[in-house]
Amino acid sequence: MQKHSIKLEEGSIEKQTTTLNLGPTHPATHGVMQNVLQLDGERILSTEQTIGYIHRAFEKIAERRPLYQITTLTDRLNYCSSPINNMGWHLTCEKLLGVKTPKRVDYLRVIIMELARVTDHLICNGVVGVDSGAFSGFLYLMQYRELVYEIYEEVCGSRLTTNIGRIGGFERNFTNTAFEKLEKFLAEYPDVLTEFEKLFNRNRIFMERAMGVGGISAERALNYGFTGPNLRAAGVDYDVRVHAPYSSYEDFEFTVPVGSTGDNYDRFLVRNEEMRQSIEIIRQAYQKVQDFKGAEADVFHADAPEYYLPEKADVYTKMEALIYHFKIVMGETDIPVGEVYNSVEGANGELGFYLISDGGRSPYRLHFRRPCFIYYQAYEELIKGGMLSDAVITMSSLNLIAGEMDA
Amino acid sequence: MDSMALTNDIIKEKLIAKFGELLTDWEEPFGLLTFTAPKDENLKVMQFLYDDPELRFQFLTDLCGVHYPGGKTGDLAVVYHLHNLKDNVRLRFKVFTTTANPEVYTATSLYSSANWMERETFDFFGINFVGHPNMKRILNVEEMDYFPLRKEFPLEDQSRTDKDDEMFGRGRLLNS
Repeated sequence: MQKHSIKLEEGSIEKQTTTLNLGPTHPATHGVMQNVLQLDGERILSTEQTIGYIHRAFEKIAERRPLYQITTLTDRLNYCSSPINNMGWHLTCEKLLGVKTPKRVDYLRVIIMELARVTDHLICNGVVGVDSGAFSGFLYLMQYRELVYEIYEEVCGSRLTTNIGRIGGFERNFTNTAFEKLEKFLAEYPDVLTEFEKLFNRNRIFMERAMGVGGISAERALNYGFTGPNLRAAGVDYDVRVHAPYSSYEDFEFTVPVGSTGDNYDRFLVRNEEMRQSIEIIRQAYQKVQDFKGAEADVFHADAPEYYLPEKADVYTKMEALIYHFKIVMGETDIPVGEVYNSVEGANGELGFYLISDGGRSPYRLHFRRPCFIYYQAYEELIKGGMLSDAVITMSSLNLIAGEMDA
Repeated sequence: MDSMALTNDIIKEKLIAKFGELLTDWEEPFGLLTFTAPKDENLKVMQFLYDDPELRFQFLTDLCGVHYPGGKTGDLAVVYHLHNLKDNVRLRFKVFTTTANPEVYTATSLYSSANWMERETFDFFGINFVGHPNMKRILNVEEMDYFPLRKEFPLEDQSRTDKDDEMFGRGRLLNS
């Protein structure tokens, strides 16, 4: 056979890299964030991340607001699980103000927070499915987010940016409808989740797409400040609910699932199992709520008249209630001087509130420890050397929420 | 909890044995050990907390800035929240610097997570982290020429006369 060879002049072919703008409004980024990727073919060489497109200066705004008006700012951090942010903020205020909440309030809060965790995880895992080409799983789960939003609606009147609860408890007691919907959710959701897992967990295509992609070691994850399911997927069992229990989480039995490789597949499995554990916690909490008898069964807020808005009927008929109502609404109640860091297990990691008060009506300084702002730094390390299409799955499996990242 | 549990007293003792009187303002608000270090010692303190086989503060939970106009030792603070995950103990320490010369050593060599948190602190307070690999703004536009979380920047237009700042907001602080 004749040997063929192509003779080319020296320097006539150069290796070229492509610059690709992924975002800020690309549908695959699920949020307003930009990545300027350097590509060699489809392989990622480097990326420059740009964030801040929806920065709203919450920390500055909070310096002029009384405590109760800051709750609405926290809604807009991780808006897939606003109730956890709201509760985290109430708990921080209560710590500083020295307000003790009754057990029933704690348990009701646990129910709401775990529902929020489930909705957050189901969005995240549903979207991981969508990004790997399977849309139907997402829709199955989404029906149940709707049901959870109906529960929120029943409890606080709104759905997405919930502003749920108050310092000291809830604005009103849970209605029977809320509990009925909760029972429906507890009865139906586990089967739907099982179906979802059947679609994905041993699905060859999904496994090939997710396994070994976007992995991180436990050491690197810790060094990058990972928390939440992303850290647990890398094999570290750190969970704020266990390590620093708040809202009576110590009264519940649950397992903290951990992965080993920290890749997209492990993150997916950890989130699925966390949803199951959340269901277990909600069941226990609901049982505990039902066990309250007599007057205790109607308690839905702490006795903290200086911070807890009184009943409207009382405001019109009782002098004391009117005074407190005025003082709270006008922000006339000074916050005690102090410095407090309080954190809760948000759906995507440790959500911390660092509150400094100099004794005025509003915080002197408020800083949010936003988990995904911190761990998104690792994104370049996770996708470097991988394929462009894998980077998209990695981004959704990190559960990045632009609202939280940009504060 | 076993009897050898790492307590605030043990941490404080070890730090004082190492750094003596350099560390000041010891407090324990809500049980969280808090102290202040000189700004040039921040890395040495963190390295010691990281490396010491008993202390093992190897997780940087949070890093942020605070502006205290007219502060005695400096008007800008950097606050570090560290976590020892093995013994589940947290601590907080602060370093103070000045708006005239706002420089603090970067913690990025110890904690990769410090990278963006320091950029955020630079963005909002203008604290320059010496040795940082990419010291530029992160959430605000790069053309911005001021540091918005400093107290001299009011949230609302202070020339408005239809609002009485005695009653609403921090007028007293902003105008001083």
